[in-house]
Amino acid sequence: MATLMAPNQGMLQEGAREEKGENARMASFVGAVAMADLVKSTLGPKGMDKILQSMGRGHEVTVTNDGATILKSVYVDNPAAKVLQDISKVQDDEVGDGTTSVVVLAGELLREAEQLVGQKVHPMTIIAGFREAEAVAKAELTAAAFSNAEHPEAFRNDLLNIARTTLSSKILTADKDHFAELAVDAITRLKGSGNLEAIHIIKKAGGALKDSFLDEGFILDKKIGVGQPKRITDAKVLIANTPMDTDKIKIYGARVRVDSMAKVGEIEAAEKNKMREKCQKIIDHGINCFINRQLIYNFPEEIFADAGVMSIEHADFDGIERLALVLGGEIASTFEHPGEVKLGSCKLIEETMIGEDKLIHFSGVALGEACTIVLRGASSHILEEADRSLHDALCVLGETVKEPRVLYGGGWPEMRMARAIEEAAKKTPGKKSLAMEAFARALRQLPTTIADNAGLDSADIVATLRAAHGADPGASRMGVDMIAGAAGDMRELGIYESFKVKQQVLLSATEAAEMILRVDDIIRCAPRQRSG
Amino acid sequence: MSLAFDDYGRPFIILREQGSKSRVRGTEAVKANILAAKTVARTLRSSLGPKGMDKMLQSPDGDVTITNDGATILEQMEVQHQIGKLLVELSKSQDHEIGDGTTGVVVLAGSLLEQAESLLDMGIHPLRIAEGYEMACKVATAHLDSIATKWDFSPEEVEPLVQTCMTTLSSKVVGRLKRQMAEICVKAVLAVADLPRRDVNLDLIKVEGKVGGAMEDTRLVEGIVIDKDFSHPQMPKELKDVKIAILTCPFEAPKPKTKHKVDIDTVEKFESLRHAEQQYFIDMVQKCKDAGAGLIICQWGFEDEANHLLMHHNLPAIRWVGGVEIELLAMATGARIVPRFEELSPDKLGFAKCVREVGYGTTKERSIIIEGCPNLSAVTIWVRGGNRMVLDEVRRSLHDALCVARNLVRDNSIVYGGGSAEIACSLAVEAAADKVVGVEQYAMRAFADALEAVPLALAENSGLPSIESLTAVKARQLAESNPHLGIDCNDVGTNDMREQNVFETLIGKRQQMFLATQVCKMILKIDDIIQPSQYD
Repeated sequence: MATLMAPNQGMLQEGAREEKGENARMASFVGAVAMADLVKSTLGPKGMDKILQSMGRGHEVTVTNDGATILKSVYVDNPAAKVLQDISKVQDDEVGDGTTSVVVLAGELLREAEQLVGQKVHPMTIIAGFREAEAVAKAELTAAAFSNAEHPEAFRNDLLNIARTTLSSKILTADKDHFAELAVDAITRLKGSGNLEAIHIIKKAGGALKDSFLDEGFILDKKIGVGQPKRITDAKVLIANTPMDTDKIKIYGARVRVDSMAKVGEIEAAEKNKMREKCQKIIDHGINCFINRQLIYNFPEEIFADAGVMSIEHADFDGIERLALVLGGEIASTFEHPGEVKLGSCKLIEETMIGEDKLIHFSGVALGEACTIVLRGASSHILEEADRSLHDALCVLGETVKEPRVLYGGGWPEMRMARAIEEAAKKTPGKKSLAMEAFARALRQLPTTIADNAGLDSADIVATLRAAHGADPGASRMGVDMIAGAAGDMRELGIYESFKVKQQVLLSATEAAEMILRVDDIIRCAPRQRSG
Repeated sequence: MSLAFDDYGRPFIILREQGSKSRVRGTEAVKANILAAKTVARTLRSSLGPKGMDKMLQSPDGDVTITNDGATILEQMEVQHQIGKLLVELSKSQDHEIGDGTTGVVVLAGSLLEQAESLLDMGIHPLRIAEGYEMACKVATAHLDSIATKWDFSPEEVEPLVQTCMTTLSSKVVGRLKRQMAEICVKAVLAVADLPRRDVNLDLIKVEGKVGGAMEDTRLVEGIVIDKDFSHPQMPKELKDVKIAILTCPFEAPKPKTKHKVDIDTVEKFESLRHAEQQYFIDMVQKCKDAGAGLIICQWGFEDEANHLLMHHNLPAIRWVGGVEIELLAMATGARIVPRFEELSPDKLGFAKCVREVGYGTTKERSIIIEGCPNLSAVTIWVRGGNRMVLDEVRRSLHDALCVARNLVRDNSIVYGGGSAEIACSLAVEAAADKVVGVEQYAMRAFADALEAVPLALAENSGLPSIESLTAVKARQLAESNPHLGIDCNDVGTNDMREQNVFETLIGKRQQMFLATQVCKMILKIDDIIQPSQYD
């Protein structure tokens, strides 16, 4: 009886599955390659977008070509595909861009590995080869990178080029010069602090994308209280996080118990009095603007209006933190010592109109680093995608400011790395060299994909590039020129990429590919039974 | 089977509700059990050694784990079979006791049972097999002791420790960086080790991680990392030479445990209560200030007002710090954990040279690093990795390496790896078997054969011709009487494990043999399985 049973029947829970050896490897290759193919068509400046429709109520629609966003929204069951999903998310968190490239590269590595496994090369040998290739590629990448950090003018040009390259694959491509300027201006204002929090992005539907602008102050999407001044010059701002509704007594168990209506009245009066005192204390700080994170009820609002103080309620937590940072004030919750609280200040606060909405505009702020980018666009989908694209560009620029080394784009680094690896492979004995060659092939798939997506003759272009790099190793600047549809000089075309992003793509993709290759057994536990 | 007849031919029931129970007994039961155990062992077999493969496990909730750590694989497989569970327990106990060799122990047990199966076919009683195994185990462990080498190390000369940790790490995903990781582990263990007592409390080493960066960025923080940020966004992000107060009382209005009510019936009461409340926070902050604290670490939350007051008095604070971290912090900084504000005094404060907040990449997540504590008794290994699965696996690998380093501090005897110890023991057992009279002789020979499963699997996983390489090594061991010859997994070119610097701890190896033999005995002794039928 026992011999009739499949080996693991009864061993695992009902509904659990186990895949072993070749089957397991096949399952993970198929999953990972499918995942890579899913986002492959979005790579590059001529990449296509995807429509994502959510399963939840409302069936919300997102249109994007951001790899991380696409992968995040896809529900996958294949464990290997999940690994790829994960690396793209990490890439997003770590450097903010290159989320598609990392998945495509990992997918290509696995596709190559699959063929090697088919030729009976042991996965561990492939991994050893990949590791060596990675080391060679990393060294080549470091050697190829150059930096203009000492020349601010040239560096700014680098930044602009990077921003343009990043944005060219997104929806903003039509106005990429405009947005590249926007992003670079915003980043240079940070003066190298790389603190992206000081850049505030506001999305307002209406107008065209090119109406988006960078504001040198800070814009808060809130309303000024009724009957209060709409314009204040030389503002002194108190930023607070305090209840301005009823201000309950917090001592546990406190409650009001009275025996007559008159007493209720008295206590109500006392409560009002308390609020009035609190408001007075706030006003005594010598301020003319009060911003609270929590609600401000009508009563205190009225007091502030009487005192000629502008009050802004319900600035959410992010907003309040950013305001505190920008205005240079502290977030106060007690008001006993007016002299000691650091107030925020700015030259001018006024209400402005963007489209049909009223916003509050702070200009001449203490921290010159802050700025706001107001995005305009025809629909909320466009705005969302513009926001994602701009976020990518800002992240890349922020990383580049920290690590000023840059590379040419358009498949140039991949071609260089591939060449270096092939050189090294020639000198490597053993089956490892097969894996190294495979690595080089996988790297070349990136320019191939970019060209394919643009409808160009990829085989021809990549072969031309390869010849150019081979003829002039280390000095050629040839990459894929999307506009001319041929190989072109990347420096003249101004296509630049950040070194940090490329390096992270290389490392993460190799790591993920290695991890999937090492697997020879997949055990899936029975899905948890959900009650109801 | 479970129905019997008495003298008058009337049936009586031995086992109630037999219809709903299935029952296997006798040799068949033993064989069924062995089959189950073998299945589990086979799953792990390919993960053994430096070239072992990983397993991908999907949890019931769809989370993916990739690992080649035996204990983790078995735990996450959710084995349902009873005997399978025994092996899971086996691997767990090896993990708890030694921390390493969790795969090896299961492979050994599986192989012992496999050998037992053929003995059963020969008609040998299971108990006699068990006894033979017991005797063989004694011989093997005694031989282990005799081939073990003492390896002295001192805090200045840590090379032996590093080498041993490297052996452990070479089979993991961190193999690429084994030198760096091994050094980190050894440093961490030595930092918290109590060398005179030869004891290491691994609780003092925290292995924390954050997704992102590369594995190369992993480093040892001689202090503590907490996954929190300062309570007020505008508190200073870096503090030097601070005195630390550790509190376990919240900065909130008091909440007596007894049920009570404060009745407000007059305006005066309302006013006084209000003042009392405000005074409360001022007093709290003042007490901290009076004690001379420069940083407050609190287990609980802060009221907005208190938070601002702290900020206002230039007292940086961290809130919602977990209980374990609080204890570690107290140990490291030399602070006393203060449960009430009244008890705060200058002598209960701790000290740290540097406290700083660090951020990662483009996300808003932050951590606080506390370094330069007077008692270097708590350290944190700060792990970075490309994605969550790598990170988890690195953490597991580091745990193994830490355990190995600890074991060496406890007992500095080592045996050589690469299957050399197993082959040596196998030869010793075989030699001893010839002198034993009785059926046990067969069992002992079987034990010797079973020991060879480990080097066999090693060779197989490394892509070597398994039987050829094993027999070659065995012959050489016998000819040269050199117990340091093993399988050359990494293709270095020598079979001498002394030259390859592949070591394992003696206690780890010994424990593997003991535990595997014990489980085998237990499984062999079962002759009847009664379980509820699946069709009820």
